[in-house]
Formats: sequence, C-alpha cells, structure tokens
Amino acid sequence: MEWETVIGLEVHVQLATKTKIFSGASTAFGAEPNTQACAIDLAMPGTLPVVNEEAYRLAVMFGLGIDAEISKRSFFERKNYFYPDLPKGYQTTQLDSPIVGRGHVDIPLANGGTKTIRIHHAHLEEDAGKSVHEGFIGMSGIDLNRAGTPLIEIVSEPDISNAEEAVAFAKKLHGIVTSLGICDGEMSQGSMRFDVNVSVRRPGEELGTRTETKNLNSFRFMTECIELEVERQIDLIEDGGKVLQETRLYNGDTKVARSMRSKEEANDYRYFPCPDLLPVEIDDEYIEAVRAAMDLLPVEIDDEYIEAVRAAMPEIPATRKARFVNDLGLSEYDADILSSDAAQSAFFEQAAKVSGDAKLSANWVMGDVNACLNNDEITIKDAPINADLLGGLILRIKDNTISNKIAKQVFEAMWAGEGDADTVIEAKGLKQVSDTGALEAMVDDVLNANAAMVEEYINTEEAKRKKKLGGFMGPIMKASKGQANPKVVNEILLKKLNQRL
Amino acid sequence: MHNKTIAELAQGLRNKDFSSEELTRHYLDRIERLDGNYNSFITVTGEQAIAQAKAADERLSIGDQPILCGVPIAHKDIFCTDGVRTSCGSKMLDNFVPPYNAAIVDNYLAAGAVTLGKVNMDEFAMGSSNETSYYGAVKNPWNTNCVPGGSSGGSAAAVAAHLAAASTASDTGGSIRQPASLCGLTGLKPTYGRVSRWGMIAYASSLDQAGPITRTAEDAAIMLNTMASFDKRDSTCVDESIPDYTATLGDSLKGLRIGVPKEYFSEGLNADTAARVQDAIKEFEKQGATIKEISLPHTQLAVPAYYVIAPAECSANLSRFDGVRYGYRCENPADLQDLYKRSRSEAFGEEVQRRIMVGAYALSAGYYDAYYRKAQQVRRLVKQDFVDAFEDVDVIMGPTATAPAFEFGAMAGDSVAMYLEDIYTIAINLAGLPGLSIPCGLVDNKPVGLQLIGNYFSEAKLLNAAHQFQQITDHHQQSAPAID
Repeated sequence: MEWETVIGLEVHVQLATKTKIFSGASTAFGAEPNTQACAIDLAMPGTLPVVNEEAYRLAVMFGLGIDAEISKRSFFERKNYFYPDLPKGYQTTQLDSPIVGRGHVDIPLANGGTKTIRIHHAHLEEDAGKSVHEGFIGMSGIDLNRAGTPLIEIVSEPDISNAEEAVAFAKKLHGIVTSLGICDGEMSQGSMRFDVNVSVRRPGEELGTRTETKNLNSFRFMTECIELEVERQIDLIEDGGKVLQETRLYNGDTKVARSMRSKEEANDYRYFPCPDLLPVEIDDEYIEAVRAAMDLLPVEIDDEYIEAVRAAMPEIPATRKARFVNDLGLSEYDADILSSDAAQSAFFEQAAKVSGDAKLSANWVMGDVNACLNNDEITIKDAPINADLLGGLILRIKDNTISNKIAKQVFEAMWAGEGDADTVIEAKGLKQVSDTGALEAMVDDVLNANAAMVEEYINTEEAKRKKKLGGFMGPIMKASKGQANPKVVNEILLKKLNQRL
Repeated sequence: MHNKTIAELAQGLRNKDFSSEELTRHYLDRIERLDGNYNSFITVTGEQAIAQAKAADERLSIGDQPILCGVPIAHKDIFCTDGVRTSCGSKMLDNFVPPYNAAIVDNYLAAGAVTLGKVNMDEFAMGSSNETSYYGAVKNPWNTNCVPGGSSGGSAAAVAAHLAAASTASDTGGSIRQPASLCGLTGLKPTYGRVSRWGMIAYASSLDQAGPITRTAEDAAIMLNTMASFDKRDSTCVDESIPDYTATLGDSLKGLRIGVPKEYFSEGLNADTAARVQDAIKEFEKQGATIKEISLPHTQLAVPAYYVIAPAECSANLSRFDGVRYGYRCENPADLQDLYKRSRSEAFGEEVQRRIMVGAYALSAGYYDAYYRKAQQVRRLVKQDFVDAFEDVDVIMGPTATAPAFEFGAMAGDSVAMYLEDIYTIAINLAGLPGLSIPCGLVDNKPVGLQLIGNYFSEAKLLNAAHQFQQITDHHQQSAPAID
C-alpha cells in the first residue's frame, strides 16, 4: 500500500538580543541558575513589561529574509497556562497579528531540483524558563534565566513530504537566521528548536490526523523522529487503528517516542490582548498623547524603517549562493549547500582564497571537513583547523607535493592538531615521490615480481593495452607507501613496458 | 494638628509651629489609640516613619523643599514598598516583602513625605465595601456599623479618622471615588496613563489607576503634583506634560459648561442623595457655570461590560500567584497540581476566586466572542458617549454612589447588588477619563459625594472646579462625629 507523508514545522528561534524581550536582564547562555532573571522575569507583583525594540528589528529582518509580508501593526497577547517555568502564568506572544506574515523558503532536493516551502507566519514571543530535576529529592528546581528570552516562532505550511526535506528546510532556516546574525544557531544550547507535525494519508485522500512532536534540537533527532512517527502511524492504520491527535516527545538518547498529552487534555489557552503592552483602541482626535495609552498601542513600522533594516542586513544565503555560482563557478547544488550557513560560507571562501581553487575547496569543506565535524558533533566555529590551514593543504595537492589520497591522511593529522600541512608532510615523510631514479627502480621491481601480468600486457592488442596499465599502479603505489607521483609513475611504467614489447 | 489639611500642615512646618517628627509621632499615637475602632491600617511603619520625619526636618532646615516634605501620609497596601510587607489585602501575600518601591512610593519619598504605614483594602482591590480584606473589614468613621466603601476603604477611613494627612489609593471601577464619597472626602482618579502603574499590584491592567484621597481639592492637587510622572517602565503611561495642579485652583468658573447626565438620576439612586447632588450642582451656577442636561446612553451597559473585562484581565494577572516563587504555599503538596490548587484555594478569598472563575470563563474557547469581545465593543460605545458629550460640555457632574454608606453584610450573598454600587463610577474607568468625588452634604448623618468627570488630562480643571466649590461650601470641613 502506498502512503504519502505530510509534514509541517514550527521552529522556535532565540533572537540574539543582549537583553530579554520585556526586561533588561541579560540573555547570555550558561550563567548560574536564576542569576539572569530580574523582578520582571520572576513575575514579581506590580512589575510591568516593556517591549525590547531590538527584538522587533530582528524579527523584521527575518521576515525580509524570507520575502514575507511585514505587519505594520501588531500587538501581543497573553496565552494562559500554569507551569512552574512560566512565572506569570501566561506567555506573552502574538496570535491575531504576527509581525511576519506569509513568506517562503526554497530548499534544495537531492535530485538537484528545488522545492518551495511556504511560511504561514512568524510571531514574536517570550521563551519560558527551565525545570531542573537533577539534584532535588521529591521536588524540581526552576531556573528562570531563559524566561523572557525573545523568540520568533516560524510556522510552515504542511508542504514537506519526508524527513530529508524537513531537514533541508530546517538547515535552510538555520542558515538564514545565522547569516542574518539574528540567532547564534547553537542548537545544542536550545537556540533553535523544532516541533514537527506529521500525518500520513493515501495519495489523493484528505489530510490524516496529525501528531506534534515537540522540542527537537538536532537535525539527526528530527530525521529519526519523523521516520519513527511515519512508521508508527502507517502501522497503526494498517492494523485497523486510528491516529490520535496528540502531542508527543522524542528522546534522542533512547530513540523512544511517547505521548505527552492528547487533544482532550490540551489546554484552552484563553488568549486575549495583553493590556500591559496595549491598551484599548481610541478613535477620537482629542488628545494625541492619550491615543498612545488608550489605543491598542500598535508598533508602527514605515517603509523607510524596512528599507533601513534591509540596507543594514548581512548577506542572505540566496545572494551568497548566486555569487558562488556566478563568481566562483560552483555548481548550483554545491553553492546551495555551502551558502546555507554563514560560518561555513566564510570558511569555504577563505580556503578558496588561500588555495586559489574554489572547486577543490568546496569538495573539501563539504566532504572531509563536514565529516569530521559531524563525527566530533561540533560546528565549524569550533573546528580544530581554520580555513587558512585547509587552503594550505589544498595548495600542496595542487603543486603535486601530495596526492589527494595522502592529503586525507595529512588532513586527519592536521585535525588532530599536529600542525599545518607542510609540518605534517615533513614529519611523516609523506612527500610525493617524483624522483625518477627511485621510481624506476621501484617499477622494475614490480614488473619483475609480476611476470604473468607483463606477459598478458604484451599479448594484448595495442588499443586495449592502456586499460591493463592500472593493474601495475596498485602494487607500485603500495611499494611507495602511496607517495609516488601517479603521473610520473605512469610515464615510467609505459616506457618500461614498451621496452619489453 | 490632625485637623489640618496638607496645605496647612506644610505652612505649620515652615513656620516651625511643629516639626515633622512631632507631627509624625502625633499621627502614630492616634493610630495606636484609635485605629482599633476602624482597622484602617494593615501595617504601621513607626520606626521608619520617625526616621523619615527626622530626615524631612533636616531638609526643611536647609531651605526650600517640596510642599509634601515632612507631611505624614499612608499608602494603600497595593503599592509595593521596599522592605515593607505589601499584602494587597490577601493571605496570598501576607508574607510578601518586595525588594522595590512602586513608582509613586518613590515619588513621595523623593518629595520628603513621611510614610506612616500601609492601609487596608479589599483583597486585590476587588470589592466595594472593604469586607473582602484578609485583614478584616474597615469601619466607616462616620458610622462604625457601616462600610467605608471599597476597595480603598482603608485609605478613606484613615484620612476620615484623621490618622493620616492624606493617603494613596487606586481605582479600577470606583475604588477611590466611592470610598471618598462614603467617608466625606475628596478622591481623585486621574486619566488612565497619568500616573505610573509600576509597582502597583495589578487587578485589571487596562482600568487600574492610582490617585489620592484627601480632605480638600487643594490637597488632592498637591498630592497629584507628586504622584504624576512619566515612567518608561509602564508602557501605558503617557508622556504628557504635567502642569502644576495647584496653579489653576483659583481660576474663575465663569462660562464653565457643566453637563448632567439624565441616566445618572434614574430609579436606582437614593432620593436624598439625588437632592444633595442637585443642590451642589446649583452652587456652580452661582459661580457663573452653565448647566445642561446631557445623555450618556450606554450607561446601563457599563457595569456588565466591566464585570467581563476586569475579571478577564484579573484571571491572567493573578496567575502569577501560584505558590512557586513567593507568597503563600500550601503545606505538603502531593504534586504540582495539588500545589497550585491548594495554594490558590487556601490563600485567595471568595470574591477573588469568583472573579478569576468568571474571567477565565469569559475568555474560554467558545465564549470569547460572546463575552470578552462583546464587552470590548460595549467599552468603545461607553467611551464614545463621553467623547460625544465633551463636544458640548467641560465637566460632567452627577452622584458618585447610589446612596450613603450601607451597613456591614447588607449585600452579603448578592454580588450583583454590590456590583451595581459602582454604576456611576465604572464607565469612567472603561473610558479612561479622570473622575473626582467631593463631599456635598449628609444623608442620615452620612456623607454623600458629588462626582466630577472631565475630559482626558483635564485634572486641573476638575480640581479647579472642586476647589471653587469648596470655597463657598463647608461640606469638606465636616468631620465624622466621633473624631476630636
């Protein structure tokens, strides 16, 4: 039976403001619990919120980054529910008038094409604190350092068809927000968190019942969670059951997902406009100043403001991608991948500049560098080698000092902190052997040791002999510990074999 | 000393007739001796008051000081006071000591006023009789069998019993004006946004506004001069220039256009109260004002709209009192739900619980449009009534309350009757306008109040009109009979 998967994402992005969205407390990560929570964050009686204008500016930047409509009038609402990490008993968020309206993001597909994922809206809101369960017996601790950190919640349309697309979309958003500098992108610190809505249906049918799995903070967990959930839903339906609308949690360590609450248990959030930030609308012309107090106090943004933000914006991935294709001659696919993340782009560009070879630099960044990063579970910012070092290594490939294969060995040593390319090559004696005297002796030894192959070569028609050359190359490279210059070896080999014809 | 107004006390301090310390000790002594009769104070801060008085005396000996320097006042216990328990009249905050001052508390400290203590109030400012306080009901100094009004009943009783020269108060639906009316005092609710709400524990954020309760309009002007300030910490505070409210008190009322809404003299109004109010309005005519009947057609809708909007806002505002970070926490909670349920059930009184429930209901899925949205629409209509009326008149006048003070328990079990007590004051909060209540005579030996309603930021005009009235009448000079 054929099944179709329908996925929508809700992405929480912590905005890189210095202070919180409604208070002057710092948003820096990693401080001692409750040292970055002021009276407002603690919801002490009588305290009041004041909107951090910087959060608005960053949200507008995001909207512009995805070609979205920017609301010229928006206000905050209260979303009511009780939880210990939510000090006010309500989250101040946006419902009816999100700052960012409809937009879209194009993602690369594995087949080389692209797909447009529509963004329904993105709204501003405050983050909650954290419950701390370790170190308490029969109780939980509350750390409110994170409470009030500004977030934008980006809500996609259900345009995503599988885990790969979901990850491509998530990476694209990651690239956009980090390139704009509106989020540090540190997923392990919770700077970007994903809720995935998944349903399945048979082609042509109505949308199936969806489940929402909350708070995924890595691309890998997202892939695992989606694949697991799709399989669970299909099994359920094929066994005659029904998918229940529910909120689920996925544990990336144990690889187990479980139901958190069903639709019936869902909160009625009782949203209403926040009166502390936006008083009631006034429609008279009496006293201009009262309007600000009595009106719904919208945040007004004019075109000039939008243009000023646009002018001051860092390069977005789409612009960078075009530059990589047009100026550096990269393929669409490579350019797409490399341009998505600001740090990775910068690394690649520097390596290309040092080595003078964009294509080779692209291959290395997408290949070995990324593999090592994934393996070490770190981001490129924390890579043990910098772009200059990688560029230096590529230079040694280009000037034939080492082969591509040896270069991988050198790279590994460099990654392990053993120095730059030249140091490693020198220390390990990995310099490619181009000395014809030494190589000729080596080739002679190999030919003498493989008389049968030589015989076969001689008996082969001239036109097909070239193919037989490869058979000798292996033993010669082995004898040279991989350090022989393949081009030189080839010439000597041809010369020696022809002498035996 | 305790019979003097702020203006007179300020003169006495400057004439060295008495020091602030003497004055403060005198008031503290009166509170100690007499407040058992009224229960107007929740917390008396004697030591701190004497230290503040000594500092004020120092300041006064140096030279020019703000007029309030050395004058003892009391703060409603809704205003946070750094280091002094701020209960909001609730068991929930019986143990709560804020580490910060409300904006207006800071303003009075800067002016050198002396804080005698924190005065009683309906729990979380929810009530019109001061019967809902965790610290017990406040008694009306004019008749201790009667309520002082609410929610600022302690603020009114303390001033009426001459236990403080003036007090701060707050008004969400009439909580300054109605107790001022019932206790024979002058009570001013300023324009929404005139006074910072920072540090004032929220009941209904879009309606709450702080103001003074005093013995005269002149004192109210003096108090407002210090209380009003622009404060960036309150997004709803308006950056509108603040005049010297005492500067225009002496202006002539010639040509003042007074509107009298016919809806304010309907069947619910006590006949004797209506007569006193009508007589008072005629006094303005003598001073050159013109009187005109007007209509505020949506008056009857104000109370039901208020009792959706205010509970809705309070249902969210009071969610922070959850037993987690401060305030009351139940003993031995079994789990998180138990902690929430018992902490809130055990520490919130009946009226507070009723309003939280009503508000949560009005906001809930399926009822929002029928209640909350509808109430907001009504609110706009109520406001538009005033906007239209102020096209033709400068000040609107009518009764503050339907009748003089009622006896304790008179409205027990009848929430709607209690809610209708605020029928003449609530619309002013919905519209965000300034309102002032001044005494205008006695009914059954109990005071009744005249309410003056002004356009936005016209506090100076209201105070001017009230002051001129008080120049040719002596209702404001009447004291409760038991007061020496």
